Order: sequence, then C-alpha cells, then structure tokens
Amino acid sequence: MDKPIIEIVDRIDTERVYDELSDAASGGICVFVGTVRELTNNETVVSLSFEAYKTMAIKEMEKIAEEAAEKWPLNKLVMRHAVGEKKVKEAVVIVGVSTAHRSECFDACRFLIDTLKARVPIWKKEEFMNKSVWVSAHP
Amino acid sequence: MEVLLFGIAKDIVGTSGIDLSKLEDTPNSVGELLQFMNDSYPEFNRLSSLAVAVNGEYASKEVPLKGSDEIALIPPVSGG
Repeated sequence: MDKPIIEIVDRIDTERVYDELSDAASGGICVFVGTVRELTNNETVVSLSFEAYKTMAIKEMEKIAEEAAEKWPLNKLVMRHAVGEKKVKEAVVIVGVSTAHRSECFDACRFLIDTLKARVPIWKKEEFMNKSVWVSAHP
Repeated sequence: MEVLLFGIAKDIVGTSGIDLSKLEDTPNSVGELLQFMNDSYPEFNRLSSLAVAVNGEYASKEVPLKGSDEIALIPPVSGG
C-alpha cells in the first residue's frame, strides 16, 4: 500500500479524494462520506461541533489503516476527519480505499469507518435550537 | 501531572486540563486516576464509558503514570 493520507482538517473537500485514490493497479475505489443529518430522534439539528485529541486521533487512524492493510490487499487509502462547526449536509468525515477488485474495496471501506467511529478520539456535539448534547456520552 | 480533557469531560470539570501534581496523593496508575476523577466529579460515573490515554495510546487500569506522561481522559468517542 502507498503511504496512507491521514488528516484532521477544518473542512473536507470531497472533490480531492478521487485523485488521491486513483491508481493504475486498482479496478475500483470505495469512498464513504459522513455528513450532517438534519434530524436526530425527530428533533432538528442546527449544527454539529467536532472536537479532536489531534495527536492521538492521527495515531489511532494510522493504526486502523495498518490493520486494514493487513486484512486486505489495498493500494491507496484516505482517512480524513473534520473538526469545528458543521452545518446540515456538510461532510464531516471521508474514508476510502482503492483495490484491484471490488469485494475487498467495500469491506475495507466499511472497516475504516466502523473502526474510526469506535476508537478514534473525536467527539461530536449536537446543537439543537434549545440545547446541546455530546453524542453517545450517556447510556 | 497534567490531565487533558475533551468533549463532555471538559464540560464536567469546566476546563481543558487539570494539574494533579499538587495533590497530596498523586494517582500512580490509570486505575487510581479514574478513581480520583469519579470521586471528585461524580458526573463521570454517569457516562457510558471513561478511558484514559497515556502518551497517545489507550491504557488499561494497571498502567503506571509518571509526571512526564501525556495523560488524557477519553469520554465515549463519537466521531464520524
């Protein structure tokens, strides 16, 4: 696998990822883009605010990329998460891989986003009209 | 010994970092730090989980703490 692209950024440019993952040895590219949804439990979300423990988040994403590369034959890999305030429909996270065949492409892409959500030290606060809530904080 | 705080942990304590080096009993391990935080700020007991990172890695309860370590409380993560 080429050196993975792993970043915490202020804004995600979804246009860049095709060039970043394009690869002569690959027959396909799989990308997942996480975006801000307008409703949580039927309540209107005004915005999401993301906060990261940056140095550890990068380290943890590097580990996840290595784990993915051990499981599947990957050619290129991107993991990028945004921080700060994001409005409805904005991209907050983008992960993707390019591989020779599509099956491992889908599997690796899903592993990247599922594992990122479980382990990477990033926190999301939902801002509603009259309250704000740290997501998943309480059972 | 400074402990970095993020997300709801920052809200519970009211600051982005606390200095524990002036305590009479500085926590010697991750387990002791968790105990101290839960005792000092009972709100932590209500969280779904509370982890500790030492030098940027998740650390289990028996991991010892040194003054020079970078220590952080990791409340339930919710990226993506």
